Amino acid sequence: MSNVEFIAPTSPEQAAKALLAGGPGARPLGGGTDLLVQLRSGRLPAGLIVDLKRIPEAIGIRQDGGAFVIGASTPGITLSEHKALGLAWPGVVEATNLIGSTQVQGRASMAGNLCNASPAADSVPALVAARATCLIVGPDGRRTATVESIAVAPGKTSLAPGEFVLEIRLPARPGRSGDAYLRSIPRTEMDIAVVGAGVNLTLDAAGVITEAHVALGAVGPTVILATAAAAALVGTKADEAALANLDAAARAACNPISDKRGTAEFRTKIAGVLARRAATIAYGRAEKR
Amino acid sequence: MSKRQHISATVNGDPVEFLAEPGATLLDALRDDLGLTGSKEGCGSGDCGACSVILDGRLVCSCLVLAVEAEGRRVETIEGMAEGSKLHPLQQKFLEHAALQCGFCTPGLLVSAKALLDANPDPTETEARYWLAGNLCRCTGYDKIIRAVMDAAAELRQEKV
Ligand SMILES: Cc1cc2nc3c(=O)[nH]c(=O)nc-3n(C[C@H](O)[C@H](O)[C@H](O)COP(=O)(O)OP(=O)(O)OC[C@H]3O[C@@H](n4cnc5c(N)ncnc54)[C@H](O)[C@@H]3O)c2cc1C
Ligand code: FES
Ligand code: FES
Repeated sequence: MSNVEFIAPTSPEQAAKALLAGGPGARPLGGGTDLLVQLRSGRLPAGLIVDLKRIPEAIGIRQDGGAFVIGASTPGITLSEHKALGLAWPGVVEATNLIGSTQVQGRASMAGNLCNASPAADSVPALVAARATCLIVGPDGRRTATVESIAVAPGKTSLAPGEFVLEIRLPARPGRSGDAYLRSIPRTEMDIAVVGAGVNLTLDAAGVITEAHVALGAVGPTVILATAAAAALVGTKADEAALANLDAAARAACNPISDKRGTAEFRTKIAGVLARRAATIAYGRAEKR
Repeated sequence: MSKRQHISATVNGDPVEFLAEPGATLLDALRDDLGLTGSKEGCGSGDCGACSVILDGRLVCSCLVLAVEAEGRRVETIEGMAEGSKLHPLQQKFLEHAALQCGFCTPGLLVSAKALLDANPDPTETEARYWLAGNLCRCTGYDKIIRAVMDAAAELRQEKV
C-alpha cells in the first residue's frame, strides 16, 4: 500500500468532491474490513482513500418518527447496543452482527457491506427485506435509492463517480411486524454465507400476514428480492402449506453458481429451507410486538 | 512516495506523535515507529486477532486500521495492561493455567479478553468463546485460554466487592 493518499473530510460535500477529483482509484473508507484487505493484497490498485468516519452524519443511529436513520459508517457493534433498533428490526441487527469477529464488528459497517457488492454480504438480504433505502451524496447533490439497486454485479455498484452512501434508512413500520435473517455456513463463526435469507412480515390483529418481503443472498450475482416467495405468505398465517409454497418459490428465484462452498443444487435447496425457517422466526417476533 | 502525515494520538494514556505513510497500518506504526512490538502480525487480513488493540474503546484489528486514522484517537495495547511490574489478573491467570505455548497469539487474546471483561464482567463460557472467536491460537486448543479468562473474570468480580 505504498502509493495511497488519505484524507478525512468532515462534510459530505467535501467527501464527494474529493472522490470525484480522485478519479477511478478513489475509494470511500468505512471500517476498512474489506477495503484494506483488498488494498493490502494488491487486488485493488492504490489510489485516494477518503475516510467517511469524521463526517458527523456518517456515524450513529438516529430515530426519525418511527424510522431509524443509521450513519453509513456506523460499526456493527453500535447496532447491537441500540435497544430500540434491536426491538424494531431484530433481523437487520442479527444479520449485521454475523459479520466477522468482535474485532471486525468494531469497524465493519452496513454501507461497506453493501458497497463491497459481494453477493454473500450478510446484512444486505435483511436490509432488502426491510425495504431499507440509502441516502446517496454526490457531486450533483443528494438522492435516495433502494438498497437492492446499489449492487449490480459482484464487486460493482450503481454509484456514479463521486457518489457515496451517507445514511441507511429503515422505514417506520406498524406494530405486529417482525424480521429475521439466517445464513448457512460450514461452521458457527467467521465464514462467508453459502446461502442467506431475510424475511420481514407484518400481521393483522388475527395473525394473518398482510405484508411480506423475502430476500436471498449468495444464490445469484446480487441479492435477490424474491417477490413470488413473499406473495406465497401474504394472506396466510405462515402455516405448513404457505411455508411449502414459500420454499418452492424461493428455490425458483435462485440462480446460484457452484463453487468450493457449495453446489448450485445444494444452495438452491438450502435457500428454500432457510426462507421457511426465517419466516417462522419473523412470524413469531411479529406476534409478540 | 506519498507524503507522510503528522499524527498525534494517545497510546496507553500517553500522548504520542509520529509520522505516518498514508498506506501504513496502525500495527506498523505501533511496532515500527513507537517500538510497541507486543501487538503481532499473524495474517494482516483481520482473521487471526494477534494485532488486537482497543481504539476509542472498541476492540479492533490494528492491521485493518490505517495509522493516519489514529489522529486524535485513544489506543490501548498489550503494553498498557500490567501496572508497572504488577500483572493484570488476566495475565496472571494465563500463566497459572498455562494458557499459552508459543505465545504469539497471547497479546491479542489478552487485549480481547480485557475488552470482553470491560463490557461484560460476568460472561458465560459460550459468550467468552464467541467473543474470542476472532483470536486464533494454533497451539493450545483454546480450552486453557477459556479457563484462564473465566477464572480472571471471577477474580475481578471478587476484587470489586
Ligand atoms: C475476518 C473477516 C470476517 C468477515 N466476515 C464477514 C461475514 O461473516 N459476512 C460478511 O458479509 N462480510 C464479512 N466480512 C467482510 C466485511 O467485514 C464486511 O463486508 C463489512 O461490512 C465491510 O464494511 P466496512 O465498513 O469495513 O467496509 P470498507 O472496507 O470500508 O468498504 C468496503 C467497500 O465499500 C466501499 N464503501 C464503504 N463505505 C461506503 C459508503 N458509505 N458509500 C459508498 N461506498 C462505500 C469501499 O470503498 C469499499 O469498496 C469479513 C471481513 C473480515 C476481515
Ligand atoms: S494480523 Fe491482524 S488479524 Fe491477523
Ligand atoms: S500459544 Fe501459540 S498460537 Fe497460541
